Amino acid sequence: MSDAPAIRCQRLVKRYGELVAVAGLELEVKRGVCFGLLGPNGAGKTTTVEMLEGLQAPTSGSIELFGISWGKGQDQALRERIGVQLQATELGDRLHVDEVFRLFRSFYSRGRDPEELLDLVDLRDARHQQFSQLSGGQKQRVAVATALAGQPDLLFLDEPTTGLDPRARKQLWKLVERFRAEGGSVLLTTHYMEEAQQLCDEIAIMDHGRLMAQGTPRSLVDGLGDVQFLEFELAGELDSGGLEALEAVESVQRRGPRYRVRLGRSLSALSSVLGELERQNVVPIGLSTHQATLDDVFLQLTGRGLTEDNGNGAPKSGDE
Amino acid sequence: MTSAGPSPLRELTLARLREFWREKGILFWVFGFPVLMTIGLGIAFRSQPPELPRVTVIGGARAPSLEKALVSSPRLVARSSSADTAQGDLKRGKVDVVVDLGGAAPVYHYDALKEQGQMARLLVDEVLQRAAGRRDPLQATEAKVSELGSRYIDFLLPGLIGLNLMGSSMWGVGYNFVVQRKRRLLRRLAVTPMHRTHLFFAYFSARSLLLLLELLVLVVFGRLAFGTVIQGSYLSFFAMSVAGAACFAGISLLIGARVENTEAANGWMNLVQLPMWVLSGAFFSYERFPDWLHAPIRCLPLTALVDALRAICNDGARLTELGAELLVLAVWGSVSSLIALKTFRWQ
Repeated sequence: MSDAPAIRCQRLVKRYGELVAVAGLELEVKRGVCFGLLGPNGAGKTTTVEMLEGLQAPTSGSIELFGISWGKGQDQALRERIGVQLQATELGDRLHVDEVFRLFRSFYSRGRDPEELLDLVDLRDARHQQFSQLSGGQKQRVAVATALAGQPDLLFLDEPTTGLDPRARKQLWKLVERFRAEGGSVLLTTHYMEEAQQLCDEIAIMDHGRLMAQGTPRSLVDGLGDVQFLEFELAGELDSGGLEALEAVESVQRRGPRYRVRLGRSLSALSSVLGELERQNVVPIGLSTHQATLDDVFLQLTGRGLTEDNGNGAPKSGDE
Repeated sequence: MTSAGPSPLRELTLARLREFWREKGILFWVFGFPVLMTIGLGIAFRSQPPELPRVTVIGGARAPSLEKALVSSPRLVARSSSADTAQGDLKRGKVDVVVDLGGAAPVYHYDALKEQGQMARLLVDEVLQRAAGRRDPLQATEAKVSELGSRYIDFLLPGLIGLNLMGSSMWGVGYNFVVQRKRRLLRRLAVTPMHRTHLFFAYFSARSLLLLLELLVLVVFGRLAFGTVIQGSYLSFFAMSVAGAACFAGISLLIGARVENTEAANGWMNLVQLPMWVLSGAFFSYERFPDWLHAPIRCLPLTALVDALRAICNDGARLTELGAELLVLAVWGSVSSLIALKTFRWQ
């Protein structure tokens, strides 16, 4: 019992009438691990997380946190052990930051003092500001701090850095890393591959309520094989059939004027593609090559970009 | 890293009070508005002696002693004029009765459908008959009364207090839950080990504290500005107010139990409150509605509250005499809050 994984769910299903939001999910998050759940909007991430947090009851399947299931009379004890940051929560418009911290601390039998939390999320200067007057990044840090108020063993972060500027994002990453360093387990959902690569030991990619792939960031990328990508823009037309006919080329994708060629990871493969472009007498603009990333894994698995469903200024992810 | 943390009930109650106190707009609606309303209505309907009947005399030249008796009488306002203007004044309601003294006996012109017309006619007749020599066989004496608690302001103030209790409980409890649900704060609280009952109890405590303040403001203001007093015990008055506020809190909790958006909540709040604003006799007695409506009106919670507060303030009633009203409040409050707690949605 004592070394049961932080999270284990089996054949997890959630239906809303006809709609199947989560379709038979199998997931295991070991203790001390930061686990990333990736997928576009509507993939079922938030529903999954809310079931894990005990907010929603699954249609079928089982969930265990530290070997304990929800609804078995130990819910309060479970809630003492988890910390939750939800998307877009307004934590009391008129309350000051330190008052919010004291409030959340009061719910837990053990936990961190408001002073400690203020230091932890670097909000000492804003302690007497009302929540509604904080910036987006500050609000998000308050939200994460309230999740840490009960010194949880397991932290749920649902898109913690969406809409934050790079500096605020890095600050939050540091918080998560410090929590990890103290032995905590994390379940994180995100749109951002960079975030997943930076923070997560393990990643699961989700789409349409199913797991498409699971593994370490490295193993997922390696799973694509020995490939690299060549990207460029063209003012004119290109005979992509000519490119695809090359032995080194695995596929050619086109979006507007932008081309993306997947090819073998060798210089000769690259030079054969460039040779073909020269033969067709086209002049590529902004030509670049890059190694495979999680974005490419995602594109490969789902046929679309990770950030495609939310046009809210997500950072460049290389597949637009 | 301490083991003894702050008390959740205390922190939740403080949070409620702070949210209330820092919202300046709400402060006005809870404290300023009822006071303004009391001032406005108290001035508009202040008790004053009835206006004297207005009388126009025509043909007074034929009976100068009778004319003089009318003009000098302190019980009415009489003046002479020509027949034409007098008729015009009567039509336009500028005078209540026109007395024609031109004939052998006086002729009274007045609108028999108007109360003032009838009054004026009786008074004029009495003055004229006495001036002509009538002696009354019965010599009556007068004992004028102005009973404590019988003015309109005495009637109005408990009504306004009742309205205020309804408004602040409805908006302060149920509506706030809707707002917190919309802001996803409720679901955030639901994933903490917070005891569910603590949240409701904190609302109740905060509301009771604020209620004490609201009552204090209105009672003290009524006393200073209009000399209103509570004839019954203050304790009964406070207990009845708490019962009323708790009842409305329960009703609003029913609205706040599931509704997710504030617009819909707004609609529900008004749908519940508006009929009671009109029917429950806060501003004028519901006795003016047809008889068959009285029983259903008395079953409304605001009617019960306002009737009971009036009985305590103006008749010195004790709680034990207000069993019916307490029952109405208890039924409404407990049934709706039980349903609300059963169906309450945290997300």
